[in-house]
Amino acid sequence: MTGKVHKYGDNIDTDVIIPARYLNTSDAGVLASHCLEDLDPTFVSKVNKGDFLVAGKNFGCGSSREHAPLAIKSAGVCCVLAESFARIFFRNAINIGLPIVECKQAADDAIDGDNLQIDLKSGKIHNPRLGKTYGIPPYPAEIRQIIERGGLLGTL
Amino acid sequence: MRMTLSQKILAHKAGLDTVTAGQLITAKLDLVLGNDITSPVAIRQLEKAGNRSVFDKDKVALVMDHFAPNKDIQSATQCKQCRDFALREGITHFYDVGRMGIEHALLPEQGLVTAGDLVIGADSHTCTYGALGAFSTGVGSTDMAYGMATGTAWFKVPSAIRVVLEGRLAPHVCGKDVILHLIGNIGVAGALYRSLEFVGDGCRTLDIDDRFTVCNMAIEAGAKNGIFAYDEVTAAYLIGRQKRPAVPFYADDDAIYEQTIHIDLSTLRPTVAFPHLPENTHTVDEIGEIPVDQVVIGSCTNGHISDLRAAAEVLRGRKVAKGVRAIVIPATNEIYLQAVREGLIEAFIEAGAVVSTPTCGPCLGGHMGILAEGEKCVATTNRNFVGRMGHTSSEIYLASPYIAACSAVLGKIGSIEEV
Repeated sequence: MTGKVHKYGDNIDTDVIIPARYLNTSDAGVLASHCLEDLDPTFVSKVNKGDFLVAGKNFGCGSSREHAPLAIKSAGVCCVLAESFARIFFRNAINIGLPIVECKQAADDAIDGDNLQIDLKSGKIHNPRLGKTYGIPPYPAEIRQIIERGGLLGTL
Repeated sequence: MRMTLSQKILAHKAGLDTVTAGQLITAKLDLVLGNDITSPVAIRQLEKAGNRSVFDKDKVALVMDHFAPNKDIQSATQCKQCRDFALREGITHFYDVGRMGIEHALLPEQGLVTAGDLVIGADSHTCTYGALGAFSTGVGSTDMAYGMATGTAWFKVPSAIRVVLEGRLAPHVCGKDVILHLIGNIGVAGALYRSLEFVGDGCRTLDIDDRFTVCNMAIEAGAKNGIFAYDEVTAAYLIGRQKRPAVPFYADDDAIYEQTIHIDLSTLRPTVAFPHLPENTHTVDEIGEIPVDQVVIGSCTNGHISDLRAAAEVLRGRKVAKGVRAIVIPATNEIYLQAVREGLIEAFIEAGAVVSTPTCGPCLGGHMGILAEGEKCVATTNRNFVGRMGHTSSEIYLASPYIAACSAVLGKIGSIEEV
């Protein structure tokens, strides 16, 4: 995966990822059109398919709304890189097949507009601007299986 | 075996003698919960997976509480999807307008959760039932769908933080102040991926409603679950209510905890979380003049009968300050009726507050009290994120029912000493 970085801070909560006023629908296209609206109203207009969302600690804290990872995925983001994730968001992302990666150093170093390369198979993140490569620990086998089957329902 | 209370329940439900932190397990569920926002997504997934039926029609609960009574056509459509599904599947515990309440007050009240249970719910505040000695945790709609189909879920066994409570709370200090104090201490990611296990002699001094409030906001510290061990307070609440016998579990004496935190309840002061994170806490003594436009007393955090009694104690014989909109929302119909019988509702209305049918409504910026640009609200709810209750420039101050009611009377954030 190669894409542009959209960088945000710590504790990005699900209320700003997709405000509750839009939870009267679960239409992925509608949700995507309001993604991160209360944090950065320009996000939807500048994100391109295959881009990365990069943030600090506790990304996705707050409510359990699966509409949050769904909005991010449907907006075109191919992977979220953060220092850490809130646990329900972590589950939801895995369960719907949105790749997420925890790596404090890579998340810290990346700046808005960076072009990043992430290879989940080899467990590497590369930042060409800095010429730095970061190792990421592989997911446990059970979680890899969920991702490989396109989400939890694929294992039913 | 050195297991925490949470680990003991998970091991039992996974059919294992022992589990350790970090282990991935599959465990059997006693109840799977969803609401009118999260269930439609799960229902559609089951339909896509070949119209899978639910594993047990008695072990699924669907509660229409977030945007109900419906605020618009789309919300009505979502509730209809749930209603049709419940009818088709013969779901026993489907709660609609007239029978419903806010899910995390309703399920314990109806006896659907008991000690030793393993519960998942597609709502982050599912962690509330730890107050009953259950392991319960919030998940998303896909986990809910999988749980409804199979009666199981995957879990990463959490490590735990032990919170030792000592002493007794002073009058007008309550469970909300305990949990806000803790979140202020460890931060919104302080218990990330972990259990918060509450132990110590101070637990006995907390009534069941206080325990519900404490466990409810475990998620606001990032925790997977919050839990109190079963004791005489739990037993007194469950008796005559629970649908099946309680199965008490206790942590091993030599259980491994990542961290231990001591809280002397007698030293706690009423605490307020300032915008825009629940960790931005200040005691009421440190607060300057903060005028308020709206006060909300209710939610799954503080819509219990004891919360309404606390609010009524302040509001009875007093008036809501001019320019303040005070909204009281009993968490369930049973609580509402009890409040009517005790004269609490009369006290609220005479004070100039409005009383709403049970709903999550304003807590998540749904309906029944949305904030305009720049407005300030004192709420007994659980989150004060940017835009949570309305405009992104509005501000939410999280506090106890006492502080919320006092603030309504004063027109600014304040405590019982100032009323």
